[in-house]
Amino acid sequence: MTDMTIVASKSPLYSGRRRRNAIAKTLAWIATAFGLGWLVLILGILLFEGLGGLSLSVFSENTPPPGAAGGLMNAIVGSLIITVLAVIIGTPIGILAGTYLAEYGRHDKLSSVVRFINDILLSAPSIVIGLFVYEIMVAPMGHFSGWAGAVALAVIVIPVVVRTTEDMLTLVPDTLREAAASIGLPRALMIMRIAYRAARAGIVTGVLLAIARISGETAPLLFTALNNQFFSVNMNQPMPSLPVVIFQFALSPYEEWQSLAWTGALLITVTVLALSIIARSLTATRKSS
Amino acid sequence: MDSGGRDVTDMTLRGTSVTAAEAASRSAVLKRLRLTDVVFHGLTRAAAFAVLALLSGVIIALVIGAAPALGTFGFSFLFDESWNPVTERFGALAPIYGTLITSAIAMLIAVPVGLMIAFFLTELCPMVLRRPIGIAIELLAGIPSIIYGIWGLFVFAPFLQEYIQPFLIGTFENVPVLDSLFAGPPYGIGMLTAGLILAIMVLPFVTSISRDVFDAVPPVLKEAAYGVGCTTWEVFRYVVLPFTRVGVIGGFMLGLGRALGETMAVTFVIGNAHHVSASLFAPGTTISASIANEFTEAVGDLYTSSLVALGLILFFITFIVLAIARYMLLRLQQQGR
Repeated sequence: MTDMTIVASKSPLYSGRRRRNAIAKTLAWIATAFGLGWLVLILGILLFEGLGGLSLSVFSENTPPPGAAGGLMNAIVGSLIITVLAVIIGTPIGILAGTYLAEYGRHDKLSSVVRFINDILLSAPSIVIGLFVYEIMVAPMGHFSGWAGAVALAVIVIPVVVRTTEDMLTLVPDTLREAAASIGLPRALMIMRIAYRAARAGIVTGVLLAIARISGETAPLLFTALNNQFFSVNMNQPMPSLPVVIFQFALSPYEEWQSLAWTGALLITVTVLALSIIARSLTATRKSS
Repeated sequence: MDSGGRDVTDMTLRGTSVTAAEAASRSAVLKRLRLTDVVFHGLTRAAAFAVLALLSGVIIALVIGAAPALGTFGFSFLFDESWNPVTERFGALAPIYGTLITSAIAMLIAVPVGLMIAFFLTELCPMVLRRPIGIAIELLAGIPSIIYGIWGLFVFAPFLQEYIQPFLIGTFENVPVLDSLFAGPPYGIGMLTAGLILAIMVLPFVTSISRDVFDAVPPVLKEAAYGVGCTTWEVFRYVVLPFTRVGVIGGFMLGLGRALGETMAVTFVIGNAHHVSASLFAPGTTISASIANEFTEAVGDLYTSSLVALGLILFFITFIVLAIARYMLLRLQQQGR
C-alpha cells in the first residue's frame, strides 16, 4: 500500500491531478468564506449603524423636516397598512389560482401556461410592476395613493403564493383525496376541508415569504404610494412607507436623515429575516413530523 | 330503520320507499353541494386566468404608455445616447448599455464564486455545517435590495474610492485596453460599484440553485467515478457539472434576470448619468435606475412616456432571459423523471 502511494505520487500525472484537486478545494473554501463574509459585513455594519439611532422616539415621532430630530412612526404605520392590504388583496387570488393548478388542472394546457407565466411574474423586475400600476391606477385617478401602493405590492404577492400553494397541495397524498371522494365528499369540500388542512403549514409559509418579499420592496412604491412627510391613514392620499423613506433619507445630505435611514434599514432587515426564519421553521417541523 | 330516511346510504338502497319530502330535502342538499362545487371550480379557474391577465395587463399597459415615445423616436430610440429633458430628445442607449455592463460584471463574479460555493456545500462541507451555511447563503438572498443600496452607498463605494480604484488605475495605467476600462477619477460610485453590488446580490441565487441541482445527481454516478479513482475535483468537473449543465445554466439565467431588473441596489451607487463611457469607474445609469430616479420628476408626456418605454424594453429583455431560464429548468425536471 505505502509502496504504491510512493510510486504513484512520483508520477507527474498523479501529482498534477492531486495539485489541481487541492487548488480547487482551497478555492471552494475561499469562495464560501467570501460569500459568508458579505453576510457578516452587511449585517454587522447594519447593526452598528442602525442600533445607534434606535430609540423610542423612532416609533413615536413622525419623519422630521431637514435638520431636525424625529422618528419613523408615519412610515412604519404606512408600511404596515400597505403591506396588510396587499396581502389581503393578493393572498386569496394566489391561493385560488394555486388550487386550480394543483387540484383541477394538474395536467391541462391552461395550467402549464399559467405555471410558466407565474414563474415569469415571480422574478419580473418590480419596478416594471410599479410602472404598470402607475399606468392603470395613478394616471387615470390623477394622483398617487396608498391604494395604488397596496395593489402594486399585491401583484408581487400573487405569484409567490400561487407557487407555494401549488407546491404544497401537490405534496398532499392522493390517497387522502380518494378517501374523501369515496365517502361521497364533493370535490370543492374535499379541497377546502381535507387538502387545505393537510397543506396548511405550507400555505402559511408561502404567505409569510410573500410578506417578507414585499416588506422591503421599494421600487414599486416610488411612483404609486409615493411618500408623505406627515402621518396619514387616508388610502386615497400619498402614503409614506419605510423603504421609500429610507431611499429618500439615505440620499439626502442631512446627517439626522441618514441616521434614520440606517435605523429604518435595520428594522426592515430584522423583520424580513425573522419572517423567513419563522417560515423556514414552519416547513421544517412539517417535514420531520 | 323505517324512519331512518336521513341516512343517505339507506335511502339509496331503499330507493322507492323514500317519501316526497325526504327526496326534496335530499335533492336540495345535493343541489347546494353541486353549486358549491361549480362555484369553487369557477373561482379557482378565474384566479388562474387572473394570473394570465396580469401579465397581459402589464404588457398592454406598458405598450400604451410607451406609444408616444416610440411613435416620436421610432427605432432610433434604441440607439440614441442623448437624454435631454429640455429639448425633449430621448434615447435608450446609455441605460441599456449600463444595464448590460453592470449585469455582465455581476455574472462574471457571481457565476464562478457561486459554483465553487455549491461545490463546497455538496462535496466538501462537513455534514454538520451544511445546513447552517446553506441557510446563511439563503438569508443573503432574503435581504431586501434597498439594504444593499444603502450599504453600497455609505460603506462599499467609499471603500472602493479610497483603496481599490486608485490601485486599479495605477496598475493598468500603461496596459492598452485595460487602461481605458479603469480610467478617470475614482468617484466611488459608478458602473463597477453597481456591478459588484449586483454580484453580491445574485450570488445566493446562483449558489442555491446550483446546490439544488448538484444534490439531484444520482449518488451512483459519483460513487462510480470515485470508484475508478477520480479526485473530488474531477468528480465535480467531469461528472457532476456535465450531468447538471442544463439546470446550472437555468440557474445562471435566473440570476441574470434578477441582475438586469434590480433597481434599488443599483440606483444608490450608479450615479445616474446618461453617458456611454468605456471606463467602468464612470457614473452611468441603468434602465431601472433611470426610471426610479426620474419618473416622479418627469415633466411632460414625452419624458414620462420615454421612461415607460425604457420599462417596456427592460421587461422585454428580462422576459426572454427568464423564459429561457424556466425552459431549461423545466427540461431538467423532465429529464429527472
